[in-house]
Amino acid sequence: MAGTQNNAAATAKGSQPGFVYLPLIAGWLVPGAGHFLLRKWGRGTLLAVSILGMFILGIAMQGKIYAHAGDILDMLTLVGDLGNGLLYIVGRVFGLGADSVQVTTADYGTRFIVVAGLLNVIAAVDAHNLRTGRKPS
Amino acid sequence: MFSPSHFTAVVLFALFASVVFGITMRETPARMVRYGAYCFVLFVGSAIVLSWAMYFIAR
Repeated sequence: MAGTQNNAAATAKGSQPGFVYLPLIAGWLVPGAGHFLLRKWGRGTLLAVSILGMFILGIAMQGKIYAHAGDILDMLTLVGDLGNGLLYIVGRVFGLGADSVQVTTADYGTRFIVVAGLLNVIAAVDAHNLRTGRKPS
Repeated sequence: MFSPSHFTAVVLFALFASVVFGITMRETPARMVRYGAYCFVLFVGSAIVLSWAMYFIAR
């Protein structure tokens, strides 16, 4: 019964006008933007504050933003960093963060930046699921 | 430069991650809060337990 209701909700939301992937792309580029597009103001604000806060703290701790990958671990870190969307580009353009990790807090900061990117991807996928109706509300 | 202690870093990490997990993994606000609190307690609790375990292993 619940599955039928979910399918009905998915069909109804899936037939809404507009580009289905817009919340996903907007949410990836700007943290919380996918939820804002769906008028989920509270959730979007909390997601934006959490992801932005984590990224900014990572930068403040002199974390490193990866630009290229030398080995497999660097590659995974780079993928995580790219999850930050425009924040990653802003960080690269303005040379934010440290060039190399030299102190313990910089290592924490690097992880904060990576996890901010991964959480941003989760938030963007959540916005996409709300848009398509896979997640009812 | 912001230089938190290891525990402060754990708490901040747990707080932000739990908020995102709560919102994205549950559907109603009440269940989001409960799941977020659950994740926060697990993050911080497991860090404390593992820290004490490593302390005793190192002795």
